[in-house]
Amino acid sequence: MIESLEELLAHALKKKESEKNSHEELRVCIGSSCASLGADELKKGLKTKVKDENLDKQCSVKGVGCNGLCSAAIMVSHYDKEKELETIYGGVEQNDIDDLVGIIKDKSSLENKKCDMNEPFFTKQKKIVLENAGVIDPDDIDDYIAHGGYIALFTALEEMRPEDIINEVKVSGLRGRGGGGYPTGLKWETVAKVESNQKYIVCNGDEGDPGAFMDRAVMEADPHKIIEGMALCAYACGADKGYIYVRAEYPEAVKKLNKAIKQARNNGILGNQIANSGFNFDLEVRLGGGAFVCGEATALVTSIEGNRGQPRQKPPHLSNSGLWGEPTILNNVETFANIAPIIKNGGEWYSSMGTKNSTGTKVFALTGNIKNTGLVEVPMGITLRELIYDIGGGVTDDKPLKAIQTGGPSGGCIPEELLDIKVDYDSLKEVGSIMGSGGLIVMDENSNMLEVARFFMEFSKDESCGKCVPCRVGTTELTNLLDKFVKKEASKSDFQLLKDMCEVVKESSLCGLGQAAPNPVLSTIKYFENEYLEGIKDD
Amino acid sequence: MNLKADDRFKMVEKTIKKLNYDKSALIEALHTAQETFGYLSNDTLRFIAKRLKLPHSKVYGVATFYHFFRLKPNGKHTAVVCMGTACYIKGADKIIQQLEERFGIKAGETTKDGIISVLSARCVGACSLAPIVLYDEKPIGNLSLEQSIQKVEELIK
Ligand SMILES: Cc1cc2nc3c(=O)[nH]c(=O)nc-3n(C[C@H](O)[C@H](O)[C@H](O)COP(=O)(O)O)c2cc1C
Ligand code: FES
Repeated sequence: MIESLEELLAHALKKKESEKNSHEELRVCIGSSCASLGADELKKGLKTKVKDENLDKQCSVKGVGCNGLCSAAIMVSHYDKEKELETIYGGVEQNDIDDLVGIIKDKSSLENKKCDMNEPFFTKQKKIVLENAGVIDPDDIDDYIAHGGYIALFTALEEMRPEDIINEVKVSGLRGRGGGGYPTGLKWETVAKVESNQKYIVCNGDEGDPGAFMDRAVMEADPHKIIEGMALCAYACGADKGYIYVRAEYPEAVKKLNKAIKQARNNGILGNQIANSGFNFDLEVRLGGGAFVCGEATALVTSIEGNRGQPRQKPPHLSNSGLWGEPTILNNVETFANIAPIIKNGGEWYSSMGTKNSTGTKVFALTGNIKNTGLVEVPMGITLRELIYDIGGGVTDDKPLKAIQTGGPSGGCIPEELLDIKVDYDSLKEVGSIMGSGGLIVMDENSNMLEVARFFMEFSKDESCGKCVPCRVGTTELTNLLDKFVKKEASKSDFQLLKDMCEVVKESSLCGLGQAAPNPVLSTIKYFENEYLEGIKDD
Repeated sequence: MNLKADDRFKMVEKTIKKLNYDKSALIEALHTAQETFGYLSNDTLRFIAKRLKLPHSKVYGVATFYHFFRLKPNGKHTAVVCMGTACYIKGADKIIQQLEERFGIKAGETTKDGIISVLSARCVGACSLAPIVLYDEKPIGNLSLEQSIQKVEELIK
């Protein structure tokens, strides 16, 4: 049991002490991409070899969460603790084990697999949410604590009042990372002010956007960071119970979170009288069922209660009537992951990064026709060009870029001409797209924008919960219309109908799913109208 | 039929008990049931309804609302093609098409001999390796069209 900040720091020291003799670490990425290429076996093989060579005192082998550069999976990094020097190797295979072990003995260098740490991919990133990803062992709470974990929570419980926390979050300017970009501090303040004996904190780990895997990576790489963020939120708002809603398609994330919760309980970090402070908080994981609409706040809450995940009209907002009718705060995984760093370093520190209205950093999943696919965390306000060409290394095979899809099914496609816009909530909105949760899909000249628009509309159609007519019927009709365009069988009047129907669905749907469903169509009409016109058959 | 005799029902019961027989345990119970039985049979749905004191219609309604739940067993082998955006851009639709042609079934179906189910998923969250197919739950990424079919042939051999 850790009962005070002092004990926490002692705990961290003890962990470091126990590793005193080990001067090096071999960190094998066991994130989803690396794992699917056999990272687990590689780690086991490496462990055995290191032991066989009697090097296990000097060098520990550990599994870590996503390193970021997934296109270079499997990634292994070698960390020299004295020199604080990390060398990352990409494209590592089973038969590189001898060479990897050779590195410890200064006998080999594995030069051809070394990543150039001076590449913009590494230098242009700024890691806050992902600071521990690829560094700590997500299965080991002590490792998190040794890297400064839970200091924010214990400091807050000993030295801060709930309103001080809310104030720091407000000063930080943090906006929700789940898509809408609502100011987090304001949301918390609203719930903190509500009088109620029971309040809930919910973490949205549904990550329904196809093409996005930021939340998955955070849950798998650094689960304690989410727990710490949620506990801080609970303390600030007067809640004692929380839920993390995770999609069932992410079994590894579920495992990691459950393990982390257990460890936190065993150490007295979750449960009653945390840090002897009179603050109680406990957490549970709840599984989603593969319905996109359940990412929507009111639907999610209904789903946790064990029902079909259908959204409902707001107000009442969750802040007044959420889970089981009680005041509830719902935030995204990445939002919660930002909290501990903000409390530790102060709101001012956070707001000094990014732009005036979009502070801090954002994690993006770079995929599609791009050289460096993977996860990157960058300061808000970076240009799309820097993101795609410097960090992402440009389009695969150096083909011309056609469009970048941001914001998933609720977002839009940005054409090549707009590459110099800044990546922040407002700039993306101005050009007809949105930040969304942070999926960035790069498309080269071979992509057909009509097909892309139809793909998303079909998605929304399948995922519509069916409760409201504009969304249920509208998305079906829009899909059929788009089909006509793809087959080049549309008439001139179909084009007007398409545009009109987009407006109707957008204006009259009950929830965000229907309201946003036409966005990919509207943005492709705006920037790639030609392709629609080509889809109209000559009479 | 003696439901109690089947140990697998005990697994489901355990989940329900952990959540204090509260009605909100429904989705968790369905997950456990699907994990242990492979799919949700009518008997299973009835069992859960009874234990949670919920109408059967409610349990059925919830089970069919969520894409993750299956009311029919899968084939001996499964090939789940990711149809998320990243995979789609890289040609996942063509992989599905080819598998459909090869086995004469539509995505979501199982061959008559029960050997293989061809399914699609909504993004399995390893988009950097797009396109991805999960062969018997093992994800294999960066697939070319030829490889994707070749892997299935290996699987069902
Ligand atoms: C159809 C739909 C799907 C959504 N899916 C997600 C999701 O998967 N994850 C998420 O964090 N937010 C999702 N949202 C947004 C949430 O409703 C909510 O705004 C967000 O989780 C609030 O957290 P934040 O303030 O930290 O962003 C979705 C919204 C809609 C309308
Ligand atoms: S789109 Fe296929 S894994 Fe994400």
